[in-house]
Amino acid sequence: MPQPPFQAQAAPAAAPEAPDETLQLIAPDGTVTRPDRLPDPETRVRLYRHMRRVRHFDERAWVLYRTGRMGVFPPYGGMEASQVGTAAALTPDDWLFPTYRDTGAALTYGLPLEQTIAYWRTSPHGWAMPQNLKILPFYIPIATQYPQAVGAALAERRLGTRNVAMAYIGDGGSSEGDFHEALNFAGALNAPCVFILQNNGWAISVPTHTQTRARNLARRADGYGLPGVRVDGNDVLATYQVTREAVTRARNGEGPTLIETVTYRVKPHTVADDPSRYRSEADTAGWDAKDPLTRLRTHLLQEGLLTEEEDHAFAREIEAEFEAALRVADSFPEPTPAEIVDHVFAEPTPQLVRQRAQLLAEEQA
Amino acid sequence: MTATASQSTKTMTMVAAINDALALALARDPAVHIFGEDVGVMGGVFRATDGLQARFGVERVFDTPLAEAGIVGMGIGMGLAGLKPVAEIQFAGFLYPALDQILSHLGRYRHRTRSRYHLPMVVRAPYGGGVHTPEQHADSPEAILAHTPGVKVVIPATPHDAKGLLLAAIEDPDPVFFLEAIKLYRSVKEEVPETYYTTPLGKARVVTGGDDVTVIAYGGMVEVAQKAAEAARSHGIGVEVIDLRTLVPLDTETILSSVVKTGRVVVVTEAPRTGGFHSEIAATIAEEAIEHLQAPIVRVTGFDAPYPPFTSIEDVYRPNPVRVAKAIRQVLSY
Ligand SMILES: Cc1ncc(C[n+]2csc(CCOP(=O)(O)OP(=O)(O)O)c2C)c(N)n1
Repeated sequence: MPQPPFQAQAAPAAAPEAPDETLQLIAPDGTVTRPDRLPDPETRVRLYRHMRRVRHFDERAWVLYRTGRMGVFPPYGGMEASQVGTAAALTPDDWLFPTYRDTGAALTYGLPLEQTIAYWRTSPHGWAMPQNLKILPFYIPIATQYPQAVGAALAERRLGTRNVAMAYIGDGGSSEGDFHEALNFAGALNAPCVFILQNNGWAISVPTHTQTRARNLARRADGYGLPGVRVDGNDVLATYQVTREAVTRARNGEGPTLIETVTYRVKPHTVADDPSRYRSEADTAGWDAKDPLTRLRTHLLQEGLLTEEEDHAFAREIEAEFEAALRVADSFPEPTPAEIVDHVFAEPTPQLVRQRAQLLAEEQA
Repeated sequence: MTATASQSTKTMTMVAAINDALALALARDPAVHIFGEDVGVMGGVFRATDGLQARFGVERVFDTPLAEAGIVGMGIGMGLAGLKPVAEIQFAGFLYPALDQILSHLGRYRHRTRSRYHLPMVVRAPYGGGVHTPEQHADSPEAILAHTPGVKVVIPATPHDAKGLLLAAIEDPDPVFFLEAIKLYRSVKEEVPETYYTTPLGKARVVTGGDDVTVIAYGGMVEVAQKAAEAARSHGIGVEVIDLRTLVPLDTETILSSVVKTGRVVVVTEAPRTGGFHSEIAATIAEEAIEHLQAPIVRVTGFDAPYPPFTSIEDVYRPNPVRVAKAIRQVLSY
């Protein structure tokens, strides 16, 4: 099996964008600002459908949480362009390393709805990742997924594939040592990795300017010799284009890219968080006008790529799909106590065997 | 030191008592600095540092970037240079990125400089389960810390102790981990003196006296042990519940004098079973008082599996009064 070179043979390609530019293809009012870089019409409609679908999940998750039918959920509403545009650039042969915030990316990549619902219900049925996808459960500890993605990317090269690994992180997460080690490793070892850094303005209560003195997180790539790209994170066409280019470079053996999607967390940190403790409504107000879904919808309607009727029909389809998945998720049985000690080792230790017996005995008592 | 009639007291939850201790420490000693993720503007995810930045300024109480190795490592430097760092790690399960700083440095400075340098640092971290937190938010990593030479480990079980022990930890010249059971933050209230007082490290508390069985617990497991003891008492069994308060230093004297009296021991923890601090307690008793034992020591623990992220069964993982009561019966029926 021919193997691409493990180490970079030549200097990596230059950054495809000027480092301080924030690439945008359509403006918040839907007008096209960069016609030269627009994806084809079918792709634009496909991205819109993904965004609408993941928006619906986010909205339903809130309602389900309030009625006790969902666990603590970190919302991503308002960040759909950042998640959908990036994840849509992958195939299921590529790896996805999502954080807790990235349900939208996971759904776009192909994680089944009923399983995603089950995951956020803390049901074991949500945890066994599908055999046909290369996705890991949402990462809760911050930044640990970044070096792991580098490893998966390198493994794909060793195995002679052209598959890539994509990992997500937040602006806060990019302060962790693991983030920096991963970027350095990926560059030094020419790993086919795409690093998505979603700068949504906040790490719980800490704004980006308290988090770091850096004003442009994409520029961090410079220090590790990688291309760094900054993109309007509320413009799905822009996030899609730059990610597709980064994926292509990685597939072609040209190494990793860091993409900063500049967006905003309009929702609280989790459904249980009270953002009024650390930010004013004025802070968020401007971002509603930049809503990624409205932006693309306006564009598609203007271009005649979508009609109001089609949009309504699509909304009904999404709703039906979600409700059907919810019924499936509702039918998953509750875990039994013995499941606590399952899946620790391939072969349970004598201690685990004893502990399982104890759990079963208690269950029967 | 306990509250006397002349002292003014206030009903406090554990988190309020911790907040009160931090405020008193900041007011008393200008070297005290508090920092961590979300501790400033927001006052911490559990509000333990609520209002402190507004009162003492952003130089003394500040938000750090999101990096635990950075938080502990920076604290080490601050402590070496003469400040009193009080760092918060948002959840004990997120201490792990800082383990290099903890294992390689925090506990070693005094030894490796023959006391030329020392680290008067406190690291606070919420730990443990029982409140349905997401994955990895319910870990009990006290054994890793207690196994690190040179660091002390304190785990209060009441608001009164939380305040006194935290002030003692801040006064202590050596590094102290201060683990706070999330379950107890708001579930228990008691009268706590409003004044400054310390509760000495290394002194266990006898929660209830009894002659038949000794139950040893700490942190979130003390109230579980107490409930089991009450149930046993209604059956005429005298259970002595000991709240260790600090794992390092360990008050072996209080443990052993109780064991000599009862001859039967149950140790309770919510940490995983194998290699935990509870085993250290059992081994110490076996070494020092085996001739007084009338039954094998029984451990009531979590399981050798990660703390389950499955809300509906997490209460099975975490020891409850029923499991402790069963262990009490077991040591009695030997
Ligand atoms: C190692 C670690 N430290 C702390 C936490 C607690 N925590 C959870 S989310 C969060 C903020 C993350 O902010 P950011 O990386 O910007 O991502 P966002 O939540 O904005 O998507 C913190 C501090 C954690 N999960 N893991």
